[in-house]
Amino acid sequence: MANMNMLQAINSAMDVMLERNPDVLVFGQDAGYFGGVFRATEGLQHKHGLHRCFDAPIAELGIVAAAIGMAAQGLRPCVEIQFADYIYPGYDQIVSEAARLRYRSAGDFFAPLTVRSPYGGGIFGGQTHSQSPEAIFTHVAGIKTVIPSTPYDAKGLLISCIEDDDPVVFFEPKRIYNGPFDGRLDKPVETWAKHAASQVPDGYYTVPLGKAATIREGKDLTIIAYGTMVHVSMAAVEMAGVDAEVIDLRTLVPLDIEAIYTSVRKTGRCVIVHEATGTSGYGGEILSLIQENCFHHLESAIERVTGFDTPYPHAFEWDYFVGPGRVADAIRRVMAD
Amino acid sequence: MLIAGQSGDQLLTKPEQLDGSATSATAQNKRPASRLHVPQPPHRENGETSFGNPKLSPAGATRKPDVASKAVDLRDMAFELVRVLDDDGKALGPWNPGLSPDQLREGLRKMLLLRVFDDRMHKGQRQGKTSFYMQATGEEAITVAQTMALRRDDMCFPTYRCQGILITRDYPLVDMMNQIYSNAKDPLKGHQLPILYSARDYGFFSASGNVGTQICQSVGWAMGCAYRGTDSIAAGWIGEGSTAEGDFHNALVFASVYRAPVILNVVNNQWAISSNKCFSGVGDSTFASRAIGFDMPGIKVDANDFLATYAVTQWAAERARKGLGATLIELYTYRAGAHSTSDDPTRYRPAKEVWPLGDPVDRLTKHLKAMGEWSDERNAALIEELTAQVRTAQKESEAIGTLGQSKPSVSVMFDDVYKEPDWRLRQQRQSLGV
Repeated sequence: MANMNMLQAINSAMDVMLERNPDVLVFGQDAGYFGGVFRATEGLQHKHGLHRCFDAPIAELGIVAAAIGMAAQGLRPCVEIQFADYIYPGYDQIVSEAARLRYRSAGDFFAPLTVRSPYGGGIFGGQTHSQSPEAIFTHVAGIKTVIPSTPYDAKGLLISCIEDDDPVVFFEPKRIYNGPFDGRLDKPVETWAKHAASQVPDGYYTVPLGKAATIREGKDLTIIAYGTMVHVSMAAVEMAGVDAEVIDLRTLVPLDIEAIYTSVRKTGRCVIVHEATGTSGYGGEILSLIQENCFHHLESAIERVTGFDTPYPHAFEWDYFVGPGRVADAIRRVMAD
Repeated sequence: MLIAGQSGDQLLTKPEQLDGSATSATAQNKRPASRLHVPQPPHRENGETSFGNPKLSPAGATRKPDVASKAVDLRDMAFELVRVLDDDGKALGPWNPGLSPDQLREGLRKMLLLRVFDDRMHKGQRQGKTSFYMQATGEEAITVAQTMALRRDDMCFPTYRCQGILITRDYPLVDMMNQIYSNAKDPLKGHQLPILYSARDYGFFSASGNVGTQICQSVGWAMGCAYRGTDSIAAGWIGEGSTAEGDFHNALVFASVYRAPVILNVVNNQWAISSNKCFSGVGDSTFASRAIGFDMPGIKVDANDFLATYAVTQWAAERARKGLGATLIELYTYRAGAHSTSDDPTRYRPAKEVWPLGDPVDRLTKHLKAMGEWSDERNAALIEELTAQVRTAQKESEAIGTLGQSKPSVSVMFDDVYKEPDWRLRQQRQSLGV
């Protein structure tokens, strides 16, 4: 057991898998010698060799396509797209190829690749280093979408992704790489050190895909979030002074629908929180499912708190960012109904 | 044999005619230096056949370099045309692969089987037995000769016109037909459009149907072969029209950077549906020469010449297997038929377009005859035998059913989205009561 931040936990997941399975490969732009712009692959090339962890051309299409070819052969590539904002050149390969290979070949071929990519705002990255594009992946049949919110989950989930026989997009909330940022700018910067989920086993373990985590039990309302917004939601609960149940989805597809239904049927109220733009966001999907399946248990209208429908703005980062204030306001409205 | 013609540019409508502007000195002075150029093919449906002025090296004239040559020393190859068979059916020059009469007859048999199969399935589509079909007419030497030059364990990443790979590797015709008919025995469970086969055991990667997307995957597969330390290689095919996609550029980058054991094949059959190759940006250059900037050999071959196609593929395969990296092959050919059963080429190209490099089946037949190893009688008997073979398979497949008469159980519609269906797929399947 060691104390790890989220980057160290992600690094450890790849380290463990490179050690355990010779079919595992890691590559991406700057991911080899340098260890990645966020240092997620630091030391892996040095430890495991040039052929196991290497640099890739600045060609996201090629990175994903090459990984598909390798994965179809039986290897388990875990590739890094430097920022989720750069994933679009590889999007066609993920959607038209990786996602459908098993289906169109009736299981003759499949592509067990993992695409890792830092996503989300809060680092003054402007519109090219802050996006949250998860919903354009959850919309696609045949891929899984995973987003951790703690070091422990990040490592366990990433190992599950690498071992999974389906293609997985693993979005890393970069704002909480180094600490559980909860959106309160007036607070001193917090590292992961004091957080229980920074205690991470050194070796192999998994966190299963498709299982949500109940971060806080409560009876007043259910808050559904993932990534950085889990921590923002916890701060909002404190600010609003309510006894909320906070669910961290961890996996968006496949969704742990029972965890959501059970909680909402208990509390009768729900707020859904994500950083991504609201229109056609994943929150709309969750809201629809709750409405279809828990309608008679609802005491009030469900609210979504999401990014505004603008590109990610640089100067207005903290006006745009979904902070605990906006979430607390939504909580109060939902409780007042 | 060479049909001389003008380049597309020379046949262009003059710019003045396009905008009706005067051609007086004053007007010319006012004309901007740059004008939008929209290329036109050298020939359209009402015009005379012309394929521009391609360089057709004489049979046997192109040098055959050592497989271990540096790419920098092979640049001339991208602008020559490797040819072995001359007009009299004689095999000339260093690229003659020296195949035995039995091997040549096997090549002819597979090309004819492909042609007979295509003909039956094309007619079947016209008879309403399936929704869609694509023939490889005129391009049979590509898949047959190339597959024969590859090893069975070399993975092929096909285009939609690569059914000859399966036929050459003796994939059951009845299974191809069951896939084409999407019937109850469709090996792909009705999941995929007709002709987009998948056959891992035959070294045939699942055909996507999206053009160009698989060429870089073939590089990834090849990187995997090298990573594992095997001497298997990969081969990918792409049409000349699809080389305009970023996928092609990425494939060349990855193949070059990682020296992947892969053969990248550009099938230049002149037409991408109605788009002439002039829309791929090749101009007066060649597709093979796209390799030069990637420090990779690029070889252009007469792909209606079975022997030349075999030899060039064999050369590239040996180079890849020795760890010397990728080769780009431009397979210079002509799409003799329509793009697909949904296409009518008489609306955009001359109906009687005659390719200056002949027909691949006729040319190999002529060669075998010139060797004294073939006759009209044997040819007629072979065609009869192959027609019977295809008919037998067709009867067997149609006994199961054609499109709409028979299909897999609807419950399999939900199979293979993921390894295990999640709750959504289980619920949706239950909602259909299947």
